[in-house]
This record gives sequence, C-alpha cells and structure tokens, in this order.
Amino acid sequence: MNGKLVKTIREAISLSGLRDGMTVSFHHHLRNGDYVLNQVMAEIAALGIRDLTVSASSLFDTHQPLTDHIRSGVVTGIQTNYMAAGIGREISRGILGKPVEFRTHGARASDIASGQVPIDVAFIAAPSADHMGNCSGKFGKSACGSLGYAYPDAMYAKKVVVITDNLVPYPLQGWSIPETNVDYVVPVEAIGNPAGIVSGTTRITRDPVGLVMASYAARVIEHSGLLKDGFSFQTGAGGASLAAADFLKKIMLEKGVQGSFGLGGITGYMVDMLQAGCFQSLLDVQCFDLKAVESIRSDPRHQEISALHYAGPSARSAVVDSLDVVILGATEIDTEFNVNVHTDSNGYIMGGSGGHSDTAAGAKLAMIIAPLFRARLPIVTDHVTCVSTPGRDIDVLVTQGGIAVNPKNGELRQRLLDAGLPIIEIQELKARAEGITGAPKRLPRGGREVARVLCRDGGQLDSIYHTPEEAE
Amino acid sequence: MRRSMLFLPGNTPNMLVNGAFLGADAVILDLEDAVAPSEKDAARVLVRNTIRYMDFRGCEVIVRINAVDSDFWQADLDEILPQKPDLILLPKSSSAQDVLAADAYIGQKEAALGFAPNTVRLMPLIETALGVENAFSIASACPRVAALFLGAEDLTADLRCQRTKAGREIEYARTRLVVAARAANVDVYDTPFTDVNDDEGIQTDAAYAKALGFTGKSSISPRHVEVINRVFSPTQKEIDYAYEVMDAIRLAKEQGRGAIALRGKMIDAPIVARAEQTIAAAREMGLGREDRA
Repeated sequence: MNGKLVKTIREAISLSGLRDGMTVSFHHHLRNGDYVLNQVMAEIAALGIRDLTVSASSLFDTHQPLTDHIRSGVVTGIQTNYMAAGIGREISRGILGKPVEFRTHGARASDIASGQVPIDVAFIAAPSADHMGNCSGKFGKSACGSLGYAYPDAMYAKKVVVITDNLVPYPLQGWSIPETNVDYVVPVEAIGNPAGIVSGTTRITRDPVGLVMASYAARVIEHSGLLKDGFSFQTGAGGASLAAADFLKKIMLEKGVQGSFGLGGITGYMVDMLQAGCFQSLLDVQCFDLKAVESIRSDPRHQEISALHYAGPSARSAVVDSLDVVILGATEIDTEFNVNVHTDSNGYIMGGSGGHSDTAAGAKLAMIIAPLFRARLPIVTDHVTCVSTPGRDIDVLVTQGGIAVNPKNGELRQRLLDAGLPIIEIQELKARAEGITGAPKRLPRGGREVARVLCRDGGQLDSIYHTPEEAE
Repeated sequence: MRRSMLFLPGNTPNMLVNGAFLGADAVILDLEDAVAPSEKDAARVLVRNTIRYMDFRGCEVIVRINAVDSDFWQADLDEILPQKPDLILLPKSSSAQDVLAADAYIGQKEAALGFAPNTVRLMPLIETALGVENAFSIASACPRVAALFLGAEDLTADLRCQRTKAGREIEYARTRLVVAARAANVDVYDTPFTDVNDDEGIQTDAAYAKALGFTGKSSISPRHVEVINRVFSPTQKEIDYAYEVMDAIRLAKEQGRGAIALRGKMIDAPIVARAEQTIAAAREMGLGREDRA
C-alpha cells in the first residue's frame, strides 16, 4: 500500500476535503452503464455533505438517483453538456432551485481550464489504473476506449480521485491520464455495466426515410467542393448519420479520395473508413462501440484526444477548427437555421449540445439531418423551443423532402443545384411538413427558468423554462 | 416514366405519408394482401385521404384494390375513384372477363364523376397459371389496360413450385407476359424481388428483367428503388448513341441517301425505334441533349 491507494470511496471523499458548497465532477465515457457517479453521490450523501454542484460532462438516465439528491438538498447545482430525457423531465418540472448550466463539450473544457468553473474534487471512472493513478480507458472489463472528456477534470481539479475495477501493477502501460494529476486511487468491484458502456455494434438505419436522407447527405458532401485529399469528417452515432458515413465511404473509395482525419465520438463505421484508407487517422474523444474500443487499443493511427484538444474555444487551436464536414442531428430547426438539441417540441429537456455547437462553429460545412416530421410533429418551425446551436453556424438541412441551404452560403447552394440535388427553401420544407401534419399549436412556456444554455465562447444563448402543466 | 413501382401497405400511415419521398416513379397503395379482411374499410379511408391530401410531387399513384372474386373490390373503387388515382392494379386477373368487369364498373363511376372515359387506367396483375395463359387477351381486353404486371408469389403457389431467387420457375411466365404485352402494345412490369437484404440479388434480378423486355419493376422495399431506377434508366452511352442514330438519319435525309450506316452498321427501322425510345426516356429524366443545352 502507499499513500494514494485508499480502500473505499467514502475514505477518498473524506481525504479529499470535500465539504458543503463545493463542486464535484464526473465524465461520461461509461455512458448509461456508469456506476461511479451514483456510488460517489450515495457516499457523499451518507457523509452528510450538502449544497454541492455536480459538474458532469453528460448525465444519463442511469444517473436518475441524482434527482433524489436534488430533492434532499445534497445537490443544489448542475453543470452539464447533455442530459437524457428521464432526468431532463424531472429538471423540467422544476425540482432544482438554480437553473442547470448547459455548456458545450469544448466550453466545459475551456471553462475548467481557465478556472471559470472550478472543480474541487474530480472523480475519474477508470477501466484500468495502477496504484499511483496512471489510468486508461483502453483496457479492462469495463473498457470504454478514450477518456477524452475526463482530461480537463484530471488536470485542473483541486483533488482528483481515480476509481477503478482493474488495478494493475505499476506502471500501467499506455496510460491516458498520468499519476501527476491524481491524488487518490480507489479499487472497487465494478465501475459500470459493460452492456451499457458501449454498444456491441452501432448499426446503420434500415428505415427507408433515414436512408433517403443519408444518401442526400453523402451527395451534399460529394458536391460540396470539400471532398478531396486531406478531407476531414465527423458524424454522430445515429442511424441515418452512420448510413451517410457508409454512403460517403463508397464515394471516397470510388473517387480515390485520401482523407486526413475522422473526428469525434468514434464508431465502428469510422474505424472501417480508417481501415479502408479513407482517413490517415482518427481523433477520438469518446468510443461508441466495441470495434472503436478495439481500434483505439491496437491501432496507433487511432488517437485519443482531450475535450480541450477536441473543441476548446479557448485553446490556441482545437481539432474542430480544422474540420471540413460535420453531420449533426436536431430535435427542431427553425427557418433561421437555429437548431434545438436540448428539448423536445413540448419543451422537456431531453439532450444537450455536447459537441454540436463546437463542431458546427468549427466545421466548414455543418449539416443537419432530420426528417420532415417525427410522429405528428413537424421538425422545421418558425422558432425553435430552445436555441442550442445558432443558425449562423449551420450550412445545410437535409430532409427526405429536399435539402435547404442557409442563404448565407449561396455558392454551396449553386454547387448542389448544379449537381442535380433537390434544393428547396427552408420555408417551403416547413410548409410541406405542415401540409401533412398541420401546424402544431405551441405549448405555453412556463415562467421559471430551469436551465441556461451557454454560448461556447461566453454569454448566454437561451433559457429553458419549466413546463407549466407539470409544475408541482 | 415508370421504372420503379413501390408497394406501400394501405394501413400504415407512416409509410403512406413518406411514400412520395422514397424515389419511386410510382407508389402502389395496397388494399389487398397487406390488409386483413377486418381492416379493409379503415385502410380504404386511409388510402382515400392519403390521395386526397398528400402531394405526391410527380410520383404516380396506383391503388391495388381487391380481386373481382372478392367482396371488397367495388367498395374499394367507390372510395378510391373520386380521388382520381392514375392507375388501378387489379389482382388475380385471370381472364379478359375479370378485366372487363372492372372496366365496366370503373366506366360507370367515371361517367358519374364527370371524368373523361379511361381517365383511370387499369393494370391487370397476372398471378395465376390461367392468367399467364390468357395474357394477350387480358392485355388487349379494353383500351383501359395500360400495362401487365407479373406477380410471382401467388403464381408459384398456383404452379405448386417453390419461388427461388434464380427465378427459373417463372421464366416462362416472364417471357410470355413480355410478348403478350408488347403484342398488345402495352407496358409490362416485373414482380418484386423479395429479399430486402440482398443488394446484389436485386441488381441481378432487375437487370435480367430489363434484358427480357420489361418496362420496369415493382418493389416491396424502398431500398430496392434506387437500383431499379438505375437499371431501367438508359445509360449515358445509350443516350449518346441514340442521338448519333437520329443525327445520322437526319443527315442522310438531307443528302437524299436511302441506306444509312453508323460505325459500320446499317441503321434500320428497329434501331431507329429504339433510339427514339431511349431519347424519350432520357428527356423524361432530364438527360436529353435539349435539357443540357
């Protein structure tokens, strides 16, 4: 034993000096399989510490016990970049006194680095670690691949606690976060449920509408003028986005385009593109599936990057600044191209920007893929319920009913028209969707602010209000 | 132009509202096999409203009604005809009498609705052994018939054989239908390829149907539409050649020459006819020389 290794999470909390009113932080690479946030918060509550702010890079529904800690006063503030629908609904009901602060992945990293968001104690869920705190996500039964979002927490928190279920002899080979940052190491039985940490495989959509959109998206990229040697690309893990990547791969191989890098949350499809020669490297802030985890472990071209390196607006440069094309989703988009990814159409919190605004701001071409309507709700509206990413950063909206180009980008519009793509004004897309669904009546907005959406470069972008019919 | 025809179940609103966006030249809103007997009335209303309210944006609308030996076909037509679909697909068409029964009923309705005669065309679906044997008399039964349509699933059941991917069991029916339809001067459409996950299979099957002379092919999967459209579209090489043929004809006429050769091959009437068909198809797709000018 040595000074860093402690037997229990409770002991580490006590040693860290955590007390009322402080800020604790967590990262989300274990996603919906994470045990650590709940384990730590339960111990904090048992120690009688109250009035804490939780700074989590994302919150999933597995973290639902957090709402009990809010009700009991253990947690009085939340800062996050993404909040799943279950917790989001509770927050939308107004259970938290202070508004949640939503940042982007890049802004969170920058604000932690600058000290604007000071972290008192960071808890790092580590799939492998040695007793001095060198740790990695690449190995162990709970392997999650990259630990990118945990870097700023580890580097700038006043105290850092590594919690691992795979304690290995010193020194751990191929660490991500070095011992220089770590104060305490706690071995536990399990840091997460592997089934919820990464998907076995992420799959492209079989939905015909999704495939139509994906095919349009790939053709937009093909004719954007950006698809040439040195091309760089990011896409999400949604079915239509993956299908677009699959179509794009075929186009790149047919045309012999040798791209530079694939970025982001990395899926097996991006690994396939790397292996097929579409890219020289993958820059990975988070792995989404087992194939991505295996790749980052074994392929030196697949590199782990920190959240600050990925998208930090205060960084001297971040990878998003060199990105050519990003494909993103939307719960709503308005006729000014503002995008909502924070709430559903009824105003309930069910997401967050994550890297949405960061990549949209950085990429030369930011494309939204969204169907004209979901269930009976049109996706294009006059005003989004919440502005997550401002319209000035969005270039193209791809729907099954056609492709709308932001008027600021006339040259791109002409290129796509020349390529024979179905270009349509965004107002016409809205009219077309409403022609099918009817124009929905907007729900009245509640009076109390439950969340603030912060700009990636400072200031407030929008507010989210409580949902009146759910007010308690 | 009707290269691809996509079946959409008449009782599935999500598919119906997206029908216009899936790239098919025509959609077939199905009231027959996709709909259980207890759901026929609801599907009829749904399909009626779909045609009434949806903008299909140049995509042809075909409705598969129930067969004339069922209890449903007249009620289907009562509900659907006022919406003026482009075509009615008539299943289990086994004889000219089947077609004439539908023709007479549609004719009466057209008159009552004030439509011009033969506004709504008929496409007999040949899916019985008797229908295959009667293909020419069905195709030429009345001017309302626009095309024949092969349905291999029911046909192979009637033939008491297994339906296979290679399709040798429907070889006779395919060639017989093409010949009958062409003899009657109507179009002819091939049966769907039913393995929705076999991307190579659909390519091979569609290319084979085109080689036999089919005008186009139907599909039960939106994922097959793009392949079918590609296979049944003229290639740029074919389009260029067609224009060369027409240019050579024009030049020969100007020079008062009778016999014309192009690239060492005599140009005769069938070659000219095919060139004209190719140019017509190209122009419909916006790929004609005139469209590029």
